[in-house]
Amino acid sequence: MIRLVGVLVVIVGLGLRLNPLLVVIVAGFSSGLAGGMGPYEILEAIGTAFVTNRYMSLFILTLPVIGLLERHGLREQAELFIMKLKGATAGRIMLLYMLFRQATSAVGLQLGGHPTFIRPIISPMAEGAVAKGRELPQSVLDQIRSMAAAAENYGNFFGQLIFIAAGGLLLIKGVMDQAGYSVDLLTMALYAVPTAVAAFLLAAVRYTMFDARMKKLSLKGEEERR
Amino acid sequence: MKITLDHMYMVTGLLLMVFALRSLTDRSNGKRVGTALFWALYAVTFLFGNAIPSGIIGAMVVVMALIASCKGLGLGFYGEASKEEKRRQADRFGNSLFLPTLVIPIVTFLVAKFTSLGALVGLGLGSIAGLVAVMALTKDGLGRSINEGRRLIDAIGWAVILSQFLAALGFLFDKAGVGGVIAQMVSSVVPTGSALATVVAYCVGMALFTMIMGNAFAAFAVITTGIGIPLVVVMHGANPAIAGVIGMLSGYCGTLMTPMAANFNVVPAALLEMGDKNGVIKAQVATAIPMLCINIALMYFLAF
Repeated sequence: MIRLVGVLVVIVGLGLRLNPLLVVIVAGFSSGLAGGMGPYEILEAIGTAFVTNRYMSLFILTLPVIGLLERHGLREQAELFIMKLKGATAGRIMLLYMLFRQATSAVGLQLGGHPTFIRPIISPMAEGAVAKGRELPQSVLDQIRSMAAAAENYGNFFGQLIFIAAGGLLLIKGVMDQAGYSVDLLTMALYAVPTAVAAFLLAAVRYTMFDARMKKLSLKGEEERR
Repeated sequence: MKITLDHMYMVTGLLLMVFALRSLTDRSNGKRVGTALFWALYAVTFLFGNAIPSGIIGAMVVVMALIASCKGLGLGFYGEASKEEKRRQADRFGNSLFLPTLVIPIVTFLVAKFTSLGALVGLGLGSIAGLVAVMALTKDGLGRSINEGRRLIDAIGWAVILSQFLAALGFLFDKAGVGGVIAQMVSSVVPTGSALATVVAYCVGMALFTMIMGNAFAAFAVITTGIGIPLVVVMHGANPAIAGVIGMLSGYCGTLMTPMAANFNVVPAALLEMGDKNGVIKAQVATAIPMLCINIALMYFLAF
């Protein structure tokens, strides 16, 4: 049971709303000590993993581009663009983006991402479709932004394994090979399709409901102003 | 000379170092020393990550975490444009503003597809191409774009290092043998005679352990060798390819529900400047749980 001490630290620490970085340090040290490592060994493990995983933060390079475009009205333009489109709702924009993300990752293209698509384009478009020129309170903005960020994750997760050379499939193959089962990549890719379709249908329901909720909200807002 | 990922890390490190220096001279930031130190340490891990002994890097990471936990990071002054100014600019440039944002993914794709450099180098080159495009379009200089980049990274704050940091935790969990204990616990409470019960145990086990590790790939080997293969494949004769892929997809349902998957859930919330850092997770739970049930059903009906 002592082996689970790190997990316990994470659950309690995040539950107490402590800073996640602090929680991770304490959890890492307690887990490492429980696993029989010395303090310097633990520091080495943290350093090695941190350096190996620098690729996760390469998106930093996109920030000057996105930032400068925002200075010149990128978000405002995305809002304007959507307001001119008839029938464009926040939910439909996000669902369409999810489909685009699923379809492109199913053929092995990693087109997409929160810094390159959601922040500069998809989220402002969705916000514009809801706001229609009005100011939105932060709580409503948060709801729209969370749904927009989720569209990226749904499309990415429930599309990528359809690609026959996906990293995830190769990992499955590796684990199964090691256990003495030879598995076929094409079969696996094929059986990722039902989940992908189900995810899209479920998302379609959720984004439609989201549109209904936003509509109700804007009707209420208009009544209050009257 | 071949362009490698290390060159991209160099560029990122230089950019972060410039952020650090500008933070240090930004007198409107009440916490400029902490902010500058944080970005400078981070820059060093990019510039010299391979040269410095990993124990020292580990210590630097701990210092960064301590700066963040003591609320040592602040916001500064970035010479932002006003809302009216941005509207005027949007009218002036119109839809051509979208072009530089599209340059990034297109160049990334072209590099990944037609060269041997890889998608990550592609992202770096795409960003540089995007920067050239936006500067050509707006006639703004490098200094201004760096300041705007600093505005965004300060808004993200400490969350930017969380993903890399959590990868280290996954490694330490592994060392402590967390996975084995979890697999044992799950398989000891499952009625192994029922195929459905073992499928539920495998899928839910994948989701739960992914939530702990923050990464379905890290969970997969442990839960599949601990539960999937002995109970679902060997005992009940499921097709290993089908069970494997749906098991992995069940893990992805877990990814949607955990702050440990910071790069998918927490960093985007910070990037979108949301009030609630767990807002993305909250929005995703109502999709993730039904999707987990659907995966259980799919595995039960398709893998046997």
